Amino acid sequence: MEKRSTYSRLFTVFFRIGLFTFGGGFAMLPLIEKEIVDVHGWARRDEILDIFALAQSVPGAIGVNTAVFIGLRLRGLLGAMAALLGVVTPSIAIILVIARLFSQFQSNLHLLRAFSGVKAAVVGLIAAAAWRAGKNGVVDRFGLLVVGVAFLLSAFAIIPIIWVIVLGGLGGILHYRRKEGVQ
Amino acid sequence: MTIYWDLLSTFFKMGLFTFGGGYAMLPLLQREVVEKKKWATEAELMDYYAIGQSTPGIIAVNTASFVGYFQGGLLGAIAATIGLVLPSIMIILVVASVLHQLTDFAWLDHAFAGIRVAVSALVSFSVYKLGKAGIADTFGLVWALLTFAAIAFLKLSPIWIVAVSFVLGNVLRRREGDRAS
Repeated sequence: MEKRSTYSRLFTVFFRIGLFTFGGGFAMLPLIEKEIVDVHGWARRDEILDIFALAQSVPGAIGVNTAVFIGLRLRGLLGAMAALLGVVTPSIAIILVIARLFSQFQSNLHLLRAFSGVKAAVVGLIAAAAWRAGKNGVVDRFGLLVVGVAFLLSAFAIIPIIWVIVLGGLGGILHYRRKEGVQ
Repeated sequence: MTIYWDLLSTFFKMGLFTFGGGYAMLPLLQREVVEKKKWATEAELMDYYAIGQSTPGIIAVNTASFVGYFQGGLLGAIAATIGLVLPSIMIILVVASVLHQLTDFAWLDHAFAGIRVAVSALVSFSVYKLGKAGIADTFGLVWALLTFAAIAFLKLSPIWIVAVSFVLGNVLRRREGDRAS
């Protein structure tokens, strides 16, 4: 049953995952786990779960990071490229078709109606994602302070967004270092 | 500067500073793509996200392909996508090569804790802007709030909510149209 993880198999597996998961990179994780651990036996479950954790803590899209990490672990740099190419190719192909038909979509009444519902849902979806990330992060006064400052800095466009992110990171390091020093 | 290089470098920046998946990219997309480069309007960004949610694949890649295609065709879509994924490849190569040496990642964890909190604040402001551009009426507002509650508190899967939204949008709008005519 256990076949070697060649470049072409890595490409095919990730192509299938890219083609069949709706809802973004995060929704791919269960399917990736199943394919890599259960179907192909290329890695142990705990290894894959470690990779998922890492992929979510480095910058970048989660689906991209996960494909690169797994490809790299299994077959080195070229393996990472094969997995990545596999996972993004369906996205690009589908979006190209939709983009080409975009003006026709915009005059299709059924689609416009349907999308008015999806758009409202997307606003709720993103708000929920932000709320969850905030809830896990705001555990003390420091967290509240960071949220407040970041919100004001972005609402009034005082400094570039990138600097708000960098400041959040620096603040995190300083705050927790001080807290550990006290203990 | 050619458009391809411009797309590549703009999305490179986004790949480098996106912490936490496709939704965390929203503040940067608004600042870079809508306000600075004017490659899309806020309402178009809303369309891209809605399409990204309803089609397969990674949402950040879908959005990059969209913006890239409208600016520079097929090559534009590829340039934007390459820009988006390059930082991931570079960072992961570094992380993987130092992983067995670094046992103490505590400071990095702390940095990420601070970043996640900052990003959640950034995104909540962004989502307000997005909602202002994309939600036109009471139905939209109510549905957005219900979706928020369903995912944040009931932990329902976004995929089903998008599917229901498709049907509901169609049915409700048709009835409105019938009433109007």
